[in-house]
Amino acid sequence: MIRFSLNNKPVEIDVDPNMPLLWALRDILGMTGTKFGCGMAQCGACTVHLDGQPIRSCVMPLAAIADKEVSTIEGLSDDASHPVQQAWLEHNVPQCGYCQSGQIMSAVALLNEHPNPDDETIDNYMQGNICRCGTYPRIKAAIKSAAKSSQTSFNYTLGKNVGGQA
Amino acid sequence: MSRQNEIKSVSRRDFLRYTSIAGGAFVLGAVLPSMSPAWADSSEVVGSNSLNLFVSIDDDGTVNIVCHRSEMGQGVRTGIPQIVADELCADWSKVNVVQGLADEAYGSQNTDGSRSIRRFYSTMREMGATARAMLEQAAGQKWGVAVSDVFAENGMIVHKPTGKTLSFAELASAAGKLTPPQVQDLTFKTPDQFTFIGKPMTSVDLPDVLTGNTTFGQDIKLDGMLYASIERCPVVGGSVKTFDKAAPLNVANVISVIEMPKQSMPVLFKNLNGVAVLASNTWSALQGRKVLNIEWELGDNQNHDSDVYLAELEERIVTKGKPIRQAGDAYQAFDDASHKVAATYTLPYLVHAPMEPPAATAVFKDGHCEVWACTQTPQSTQQNVAGALGIDKSKVKINVTLLGGGFGRKSKPDFSVEAAILAQQTGKPVKVIWSREDDIQHGYYHAISAQHFQAGLDDNGKVTSWLQRTAFPSISWTFTGTTDEPQTGELSLGFGDVPFDIENISCETHKAPAHVRIGWMRSVSNIQHGFAIGSFVDEVAEKAGVSTAKMWLNLLGEDRIVDPKTQGFKYENYGESYDTFPIETKRLKHVLNELMLKSGADQPAGDNEGWGISVHRSFVSYVAVATKVKVENDKVSVLEMHSVIDAGRVVNPDRVKSQQEGAMIFGLSIALMGEVTIKEGAVQQSNYHDYTVLRMHQCPKIVTHIIESTAAPGGVGEPGVPPVAASVVNAIYHASSTRIRALPVSKHYSV
Repeated sequence: MIRFSLNNKPVEIDVDPNMPLLWALRDILGMTGTKFGCGMAQCGACTVHLDGQPIRSCVMPLAAIADKEVSTIEGLSDDASHPVQQAWLEHNVPQCGYCQSGQIMSAVALLNEHPNPDDETIDNYMQGNICRCGTYPRIKAAIKSAAKSSQTSFNYTLGKNVGGQA
Repeated sequence: MSRQNEIKSVSRRDFLRYTSIAGGAFVLGAVLPSMSPAWADSSEVVGSNSLNLFVSIDDDGTVNIVCHRSEMGQGVRTGIPQIVADELCADWSKVNVVQGLADEAYGSQNTDGSRSIRRFYSTMREMGATARAMLEQAAGQKWGVAVSDVFAENGMIVHKPTGKTLSFAELASAAGKLTPPQVQDLTFKTPDQFTFIGKPMTSVDLPDVLTGNTTFGQDIKLDGMLYASIERCPVVGGSVKTFDKAAPLNVANVISVIEMPKQSMPVLFKNLNGVAVLASNTWSALQGRKVLNIEWELGDNQNHDSDVYLAELEERIVTKGKPIRQAGDAYQAFDDASHKVAATYTLPYLVHAPMEPPAATAVFKDGHCEVWACTQTPQSTQQNVAGALGIDKSKVKINVTLLGGGFGRKSKPDFSVEAAILAQQTGKPVKVIWSREDDIQHGYYHAISAQHFQAGLDDNGKVTSWLQRTAFPSISWTFTGTTDEPQTGELSLGFGDVPFDIENISCETHKAPAHVRIGWMRSVSNIQHGFAIGSFVDEVAEKAGVSTAKMWLNLLGEDRIVDPKTQGFKYENYGESYDTFPIETKRLKHVLNELMLKSGADQPAGDNEGWGISVHRSFVSYVAVATKVKVENDKVSVLEMHSVIDAGRVVNPDRVKSQQEGAMIFGLSIALMGEVTIKEGAVQQSNYHDYTVLRMHQCPKIVTHIIESTAAPGGVGEPGVPPVAASVVNAIYHASSTRIRALPVSKHYSV
């Protein structure tokens, strides 16, 4: 039995501790906002936060997250009101949308760490997140908008009752 | 307005049948496993009134508009409803977009070829105008006034003389009982009356994307569903000799191991030979797959080596080929020319690699099959699933999810066929998940190719002879198993339609047998043809001592309509009428001139910097691209890109812009780093670490310009791609004097 906190809600699941968090989220807990793109930490589509740090859930075994805090796109806000989501809305960023959960989770972590990032910082931080549709210019613009709209670090409030059911 | 002259009245039951809005199929999982087809039972649904195939208005005023085409990021689920809602005079906040099921009643649902808007612009206006006319008529009857005294506005019908109003909600039920008017009796808005068409509307799915509340093919989950992962033969045409059935079953949560039905050539959209491992979750299926220990019978294609193959194409392409279009005597004129240029260009195999690997879920029960898939082609999925299962296609229901990118890969329904076969064999819902490795190694590849060009110039720098050849394995091989040379459809993509005004011209092809599944990828053969022509014009310009832009203008000649048929080529023009969509040199020149004006590409660049340009017509739209690069320490940095598109009238300029941005980036990936290589018949790359695509730090500033036009809408999704690669290598040449003729750039420089 592995216990962890998912979007501020306690979760316990009884599966192979080697199973990557991604598949536990998607297949066991029914939380499909976090996407599968590559399975080897190459594309960032599966990015979630572990104790506030961005990680690639496709290579993170469940054993390594026991008793830790996991937050996913579903926990960012109930209504797309988070400043990063709002900036994404302002720039109409997504095309197909598949990579965007991961992009947004990376961007939130970036802004927590660097509240006012320059181009180089954004490039370095975001280069692990691939977008095949080509929304990079809008992602960059949205990150800058979000930085502008929020002078303090984010400390975002997680939505309630959005955790999965095992 | 359109080919159809009658708009069918559909019953509520029909609307439900085509959309599955009843029974809650949109609440995924709720509808299953009840295989009494939900679409045949409308009794439980009340309060929705069908006005035609595409429009239904609920008693609460919700306007349901069907999008029958697949959303893969191009914005079609916003664009199609924009057109309908505009003619309907709907309140956009009340519009609910309903994804259509696979059904011939919609006409083509094959979302490729950049044709959703250009093929359905008129039809969608008719659907909106029909529904509006019925609401107006219902209001007239209710008030007992002449229909000519009422008009629609923002979800209301207004009585002109008194100003009194009735909402669509109040009229929907009465309107639903009326007979739809004939198309010739409809009235349409004038463009200055448009409220949604031509406006940058926010994508209807955006809020869900931002909160992760989306359902892609990979996201489907049904009760009791098995997750399947399939080990496929690394060589096309190979098959399973032996495998260990017991070992995977010892892996926790693995439930079943099933050998896929053995298939032979042609490959079509059949399953590839291999073995499926089914488990209660994806991870376990992937683990089980690792211990299958399959021994393969690899077959003839195991001798395919892409390096050797390309070298053979390069040898062949410099010899005289099979002419497909000719004028004058290009060979004699070349011999007689004062100045000569010749060059050979090559491109490797490419693969789509959409962010969402293919996935499909199927249920088979009581002789019926229901599928949920991220497919670009619902009707082809329906046909191929029916064929694989041996049932009539009327017994196959296809639900189209959101697509996490398509780019042509998801036009091939092979992954739905796999899911349907496994669902039939297990009697349980089965989701087939392709891993990234599966996607890279078992694709329908963009063809490897070689092109050879020769030009002869007179003493004044005028081009008097133009010879071009192309060779690549044909997509048709996928369907025939025997085709061994480029086909007219592929040659119509930027090769046989070369729009130059040159007295002596010869366009030729060479043989190129296929050894892997060949498919269409965003802009298809325009990729290699746009690259070669755009590069060669730059080379010819240098020989003539003029700017590349000037050489383009010289070659395009006077404003005129180019008809490749007059020189013997059976040009297909993207399936469009030549009257509506001729090749117009004026529009090519216009996007080029605008590009030069807007980009500054004719201005001197800094040290080690250079500009490159190219122009291309494809999918009946016109695009010019300028790229600025810096080449320093053996590294190419792309600094900025500008594009100008003339796609006729555009419906959603923001989505046209985003498609152009995406096309620049897709094209840059191809130019800079895209390469699939094959050894012993098997793809050598496996994931994004060795099949690299553009990442944010490699992405330049991108500027898009849209030509304002009232011409018929052209394609948008693909036309941006073809000029990109040429603009990049031309820029590299002007920055470094190094001419790259073999893509990708990463073979020559770090990127």
